[in-house]
Amino acid sequence: MSSLANNLRAASARAWIRVVAANRELSWVFFETFLPAMTTAGYVLVYRALGAPAEYEAYVILGGVMTAFWLNVLWGMAAQFFWEKDMGNLDIYMMAPISRMSILLGMAVGGMLGTAMRSVVILVLGIALFHVRFEIGGLAAAFGIFLLSMTALYGLGMMLASLFLLFGRGAQRWVEVAQEPVYLMSGFYFPIANLGFTAAAIASAFPLALGIDAIRQTALGSDTGFLPVGVEAGALAALAVLFFLLARRMLRLMENRAKRDGKLTLKWQ
Amino acid sequence: MPPAIRTRNLTRIYRKSPKRGAPAAEFRAVDDVDLEIQPGELFGLLGPNGAGKTTLIKILCTLLFPTSGVAEVCGLDIVKDCERVREKINMVSGGEASGYGLLTIREQLWVFSQLYGLTTKEALSRIDRMLDQYGLAADAGTKINRLSTGMRQKMNLIRGFMTGPSVLFLDEPTLGLDAHIARQARGFIRDWMAEDRTRTILLTTHYLAEAQELCDRVAIIHQGRIRACDTPAALIAAHRGDAVFEVTLTGLDGQAERLRQDADMKVSRLDADVAAGRTTVRFTLPDDAALTGALSRMAALGGKIVNLSKHEVTLEDVFVKIAGQSIAEAEKSSE
Repeated sequence: MSSLANNLRAASARAWIRVVAANRELSWVFFETFLPAMTTAGYVLVYRALGAPAEYEAYVILGGVMTAFWLNVLWGMAAQFFWEKDMGNLDIYMMAPISRMSILLGMAVGGMLGTAMRSVVILVLGIALFHVRFEIGGLAAAFGIFLLSMTALYGLGMMLASLFLLFGRGAQRWVEVAQEPVYLMSGFYFPIANLGFTAAAIASAFPLALGIDAIRQTALGSDTGFLPVGVEAGALAALAVLFFLLARRMLRLMENRAKRDGKLTLKWQ
Repeated sequence: MPPAIRTRNLTRIYRKSPKRGAPAAEFRAVDDVDLEIQPGELFGLLGPNGAGKTTLIKILCTLLFPTSGVAEVCGLDIVKDCERVREKINMVSGGEASGYGLLTIREQLWVFSQLYGLTTKEALSRIDRMLDQYGLAADAGTKINRLSTGMRQKMNLIRGFMTGPSVLFLDEPTLGLDAHIARQARGFIRDWMAEDRTRTILLTTHYLAEAQELCDRVAIIHQGRIRACDTPAALIAAHRGDAVFEVTLTGLDGQAERLRQDADMKVSRLDADVAAGRTTVRFTLPDDAALTGALSRMAALGGKIVNLSKHEVTLEDVFVKIAGQSIAEAEKSSE
C-alpha cells in the first residue's frame, strides 16, 4: 500500500501543473472568466426584464458561481484521464506506485484553484453590477456547505473519471450528454423546489442541486428551499462518503477491466 | 535473490468483437512465453514491429493483464502484487511524447519524480546531476514544447533512470533518433547499468545491431513466440556454419531470379539489388567451398565481378535463419 505522504506528494505535484500552466497561458482568463460572466449577466437581465423578484437575480449569480465547478469536474477532472492518454502521460501515471485517487485529487485541487478565480469574478460582478446582497450571518454555514458540496461533487467526478479509463472517447460522449440536463436539474438558475417534489428529489442525487439550494438558503436567506438546510447538509455528507467509496471501487474495477480488455493505454481508443 | 523477470507460459490474446456480420477474431500478441532474466542483466528482446515486444512490456509494467500464464518482477506477481511491482519498475518508450508542453524540462522531471515518493530536495539533486551528465543542463529551463526529438528522448531516459528502478523497461528507446543521438542514448544506458550491478534492463528493439552492441543476452521474438534466447555471441556462433557473401557485378541485368532458381548455386538465400547498372547479390552458402561454383554460375550468365566480400554473421542473419525472413520483410508482411 502506498504511503499517505507519497500520495499527497503526487497529488500536490499534479495540482501544481494546473496552477503553473494557468499562469503561463493567460488567455484562459478571458475564456474562463469573462465569457461565463457574460452568460450569467444575461440570465440576470432576463429575470430583470421579466420583473422577477430581486432574489432570483441572486440565485443566478450563485448558480453561475457553482456552474464553474461543475464544468471543471466534467472537463478538468473526469475527462482528464482521456486527455492524459492522448498526451502520452497515462502510462506513466498508471504504472507509478501511487493511488489513482491521488492523481485525481491533484487534478481536482489544481482545477478548483483555477475555477475559484472564475467564481470570484462572477461573484464580484453580481455584487458590483447587480447589487446582490448576502446574509453575512449565514456565510460561514454557506462556506461549510460549499465544502461539503465540493467533496461530494469531486467524488462524483472521480467516478466519472473511472469510466474514461475503460471507455475513453466513448465516455466523453456520455459526459457531453450529461452536461445540459444537469444545468436544468440542479437549479443553477432557479430554485429546484420549482421542479416539483418528485423531480426535485431525483435532482437531489446530484450534489450541486442540494448544495446550491442549501447555500441559497444560508447565504441569501431564501425561503424557497427544497428541504431544510440541516437535512440537505446531512444528505450532502452522505453523498460525499458514498461517492468516495463508489469512486474507489469503480476506479479499481474499471482499471482492471481496461487492463483485461487491453484498453487502458491504447491511444486511439 | 529471485530473477529480475520471470515468465511462464505467458500468453496475451486480443479479442475483437464481431461487427457487421464479421466473425469474432482473436490475435495472439504474446504466445506461451517463458523467460528468466537475472538481476544485473541487460536483456534484449528482438523482433519486428507487431512481434509482441510492446505487449510483453506492458504486461510486465502492470498496464495489461495476461490472458494466461504467470509473470513475476523481482519475485512479485504482476497481477496479485501489482502495487509492489510498481515500486520496483519504470518504463521509457521510444518516440514518447509525454509531459506538459508548458513546463520546463527540470519542472517536468520534478513532477514525475513526485509519483515515486522522492522528496523535492532529493529529486532536484538527482535531476540536476543527470541533466548535467546527459548534456541537458543548459536546457533545463527550456519548455517541453520546444524540445527536439533527441532532447525529448534524453529527458525521457532521465525520467526512467532518476527513480532508481530495480528493473527498467526500455521499449525501442532509440526509435526515430538520428545516429549520433542514438549512439549517445546507448552510452547513457550502458553508464546507468554500470553504476549499479544489480540493475536490470529489458530493452526491446528491432535494430539488431543495437541489441548486439548493448545486450548481455537476447531473445528473438516473432509472431508472439520466443524463437531463440542466448548471448549474441552464442546465437551467432550457433549460426556461423553458413557463409554469407556479397558480390557486385556488371552485366547481370535481370538475371537475379534465374540465379535464385539455379540449383547449382546451392544458396539457401539470395537477395539482389540493381542500381546504376550494377547488381549486388547477397547470398548464403552452406560453406566457403561452395563459393567457386556459385561464382561460376554468375559468370556463365554474363556477370563480371566488381567487388566480392564475405559477410560476418550478425544477429540480422540469425533472425533471418530463425524467422525465415528479415526484420524488414516481417514488418512489411504484417502491415
